[in-house]
Amino acid sequence: MTIAVEKDVNPNQSSEVEQKVGMTIGIPKEIYPGECRVAATPETAKMLQKMGFQVLVESGAGNAANFSDEAYQQVGCEVTSDVMALWNAANIVLKVRSPQFHPTLNRPETELLRPGQTLVSFIYPAQNPDLLEKLAAQTVTALAMDAIPRITRAQKMDALSAMANTAGYRAVIEAANHFGRFFTGQITAAGKVPPAKVLIIGAGVAGLAAIGTARGLGAIVRAFDTRLVVKEQVQSLGAEFLELSFKEDGSGEGGYAKVMSEEFIKAEMALFAEQAKDVDIIITTALVPGKKAPLLITRDMVESMKDGSVIVDMAAEQGGNCEVTKPNEVYRYNGVTIVGLTDLTSRMANQSSQLYGTNLCHLLTDMGGSRDFKVDLDNEVIRGALVSYNGDVTYPPPKPTTPPPAPAQPTPQQAVQPIQAQNAQQPSLGFSKWFAPILLGSALVGVGLTAPPSFLSHFTVFTLACFVGWQVIWNVKPALHTPLMSVTNAISGIIIIGGMLQISGSLTSATTILGAIAILIGTINISGGFLVTQRMLKMFQK
Amino acid sequence: MSNNLLTVAYIAASALFILSLGGLSDQETARKGNLYGIAGMLIAVVATAIGSINGSGYGILTVAVVPGVVIGAIVASRVAMTSMPELVAILHSFVGMAAVLVGIANYLQPGQPLVGVEETIHKLEIFIGVFIGAVTFTGSVIAFGKLRTIIKSKPLRLPARHFLNLVMLMASVGLGVWFMGVESPDGLMPLLLMTTIASLLGVHLVMAIGGADMPVVISMLNSYSGWAAAAAGFMLSNDLLIITGALVGSSGAILSYIMCRAMNRSFISVILGGFGTSNSSAQSSSQIMGESVSTTVDETVEWLLNAKQVIITPGYGMAVAQAQHSVSEITKQLRKRGVEVRFGIHPVAGRLPGHMNVLLAEANVPYDIVLEMDEINEDFLKTDVVLVIGANDTVNPSAAEDPESPIAGMPVLEVWKAKHVVVMKRSMASGYAGVENPLFYKENTHMLFGDAKKNVDLILNHLQSQEEAIGVSKALATSTAG
Repeated sequence: MTIAVEKDVNPNQSSEVEQKVGMTIGIPKEIYPGECRVAATPETAKMLQKMGFQVLVESGAGNAANFSDEAYQQVGCEVTSDVMALWNAANIVLKVRSPQFHPTLNRPETELLRPGQTLVSFIYPAQNPDLLEKLAAQTVTALAMDAIPRITRAQKMDALSAMANTAGYRAVIEAANHFGRFFTGQITAAGKVPPAKVLIIGAGVAGLAAIGTARGLGAIVRAFDTRLVVKEQVQSLGAEFLELSFKEDGSGEGGYAKVMSEEFIKAEMALFAEQAKDVDIIITTALVPGKKAPLLITRDMVESMKDGSVIVDMAAEQGGNCEVTKPNEVYRYNGVTIVGLTDLTSRMANQSSQLYGTNLCHLLTDMGGSRDFKVDLDNEVIRGALVSYNGDVTYPPPKPTTPPPAPAQPTPQQAVQPIQAQNAQQPSLGFSKWFAPILLGSALVGVGLTAPPSFLSHFTVFTLACFVGWQVIWNVKPALHTPLMSVTNAISGIIIIGGMLQISGSLTSATTILGAIAILIGTINISGGFLVTQRMLKMFQK
Repeated sequence: MSNNLLTVAYIAASALFILSLGGLSDQETARKGNLYGIAGMLIAVVATAIGSINGSGYGILTVAVVPGVVIGAIVASRVAMTSMPELVAILHSFVGMAAVLVGIANYLQPGQPLVGVEETIHKLEIFIGVFIGAVTFTGSVIAFGKLRTIIKSKPLRLPARHFLNLVMLMASVGLGVWFMGVESPDGLMPLLLMTTIASLLGVHLVMAIGGADMPVVISMLNSYSGWAAAAAGFMLSNDLLIITGALVGSSGAILSYIMCRAMNRSFISVILGGFGTSNSSAQSSSQIMGESVSTTVDETVEWLLNAKQVIITPGYGMAVAQAQHSVSEITKQLRKRGVEVRFGIHPVAGRLPGHMNVLLAEANVPYDIVLEMDEINEDFLKTDVVLVIGANDTVNPSAAEDPESPIAGMPVLEVWKAKHVVVMKRSMASGYAGVENPLFYKENTHMLFGDAKKNVDLILNHLQSQEEAIGVSKALATSTAG
């Protein structure tokens, strides 16, 4: 293996040949201050090796996420402390943060890249045009994990969702940490504890994760989102979905919300102001891509909140949803703790590294693995993520035009719906709904007006017997339906009584003869029915 | 016996009948329930015999009852469980015929001068009773013929058959008007004419219905036979007949409803003719593509032995092949080896409601491992092997997956969710509904072609011989170890 690496180190070697031999992936240590995540965990490194890659890990890369060098070595990775060698040896560099200025080497990471190398990391191409220029100038193939299109096929590589998920979880944990009470309501010997009320604004991936976590801790959770499609998702997690009487759907492209009209925002703000007085914790997750985060919680609202309340502003890095948020800071404002942490995912480094690493594995699988590795410009997912290729800046890609599909429904339901609609068509014609009751009612009135008392008394018996039969038969086990049929067969042989009432006349009269025949066949019914039922029931054994 | 005593006896009999039906809610109480029914019947018959018959009547009664009991007993003890549908059908026809006879006899009975409304109602009761009785009688006879395959089970589709039904119905109503208008013996003519037409109607109705719709038809006829008895009760002013008829009538109605729901079809559409009235069947069936994979008995046995959970879903094919005893043996063998075997029964499997349960019970399969569709459907996910024996439409995934399919929306046994599905089938022919079954082309489905009985026996042989082999190898192992 060492030989192979050394061979790869030679930058003059034609990259074409190298690619066939088996590519090397480099995992450098993240250098951004406070960044604890790493682009591959021992587990995902193993997956990469299964795909045919060799994995080279910088010594200490996983330390902050609790992955030791030994753990990487155990799964067959090579661990090196020579940063330069690692960048040189790797065909593909996997990172979390976009290239930064390297403090120990004293030069930017972009300079460590060599032509033809592939870099996969978060890049935020819209915010970092300079970086894109540099990458293109180096003829580096760069894929931005944050630019992976949010389509169904690419869900397994959607690092933004994976990170948002951990961040949403952590946001609730941070809130709990600064909130001096239980989340769940309790009745203790020392008195009653009311449950905490949590308002979550924005039900994207992070918002939904926060809802789930807060519900799991037992809080009363309310959620708001401008996109009405998420209502069901919110409710399925057990939260209350707050709605405005105002009708406007905020579903925009790529699964984000679009900017709403002025009237809508006004109504929205009124709702938040009202909620702020009531809830204990507010978690905001509202982001509009490429723009400053919308301001949702004003200074006044914060001041109206109860002492000891907590606001977690997950949009702090993009300017914050709350007017008084200070990015990267936790402080108290007027008795309310404002959490403006921007490194929520990094605080979950072990978990988020694992998820991010898995996203990367899926992306590399999609690109063909080690053997057939290529940049396929026709692949919608790859094209979306590709920001620099062959010396050109390839961002932005041609835009996806359709909004994301509605939340996936279980398919059988969908299949059944049209049929139900079909069936429902016939009875839904207003009149026919009432037809049966009206007919029945008028029939009853008719009977009541004309029928003699003797008939009515029989009619009473008949109707009651129908209802008794109805009640009794529903209790019969489906397994016993055949015995049920045979026993009803037998007892409907009771019709012989009709025959018996008619055989007392003259022996040769038609009535007597017909009656006698009726008795004969009715009796066959009775004895046959009961006996065969008995025979059947004997067979049912545990 | 005084009238009051007779009434009390009837009340007792009614109560016993209700208890009898109520007893069927569980296998444990069912046999007791049946005895209640017998007791009720005895009380009713004896009380009537004492109270309403005199003179020569007893002789006639004896002459009629004794052979009836004997014939019934012989039939009941000889009938094979696979032929239960036929027996039930023919017994229905008897009730229908008895209702016709009682009605006509009652009309001809002299005396009992009724006047005004009472007379009208009485005549109406007779007329309706005879009509229902006649339809039941011929309908059941045709059903019997179809089940015995004396008559082809393919639905007969006369042109304008709905119109024909309507004409017959209208004619009966017309004859009814005639019948109501004339005095006692003169009305016999329209009554008999109507009986003939009603008989034709019964024949035509059931002829138009295909084999697999038989569960519905039989329960429908069951219901009719009840209503016929109730109508007879009205004309004879006999509450016991009314109660019993109503019980039986609602029982049949509920069964029909359950069966229709199990096929996701409306009662009307079943009665008015079989599948294919909807015209989409041909289109969707052509869409299914792919290849089915066939398997061998050896492979099936291997899967069965390696499985933890096995579900067997039998259909009418098992009854036809008479394979239930071998299936039961396989179940025993597998259970002995710690494989959990259960049965999943679709409500319309077979030709009679609950038919499969009776067949499995006959083969000594314990009833607590025989489960209804609703009880077992969720468990297919964690099932290793599903054996589909002679079932087709009831395990067709297109009912759940393809909204275009003619059987769309019909609840089915979701066998395809299991790890392996082995379908035992004669050939690739489609089922009764004429719908292609995508199950056969699923990746986890394997076909085991050939006669179900033969294949089941082969599997059983393998299991038994393997058991011996295991015994031998164990013995060897212990001897070498020792």
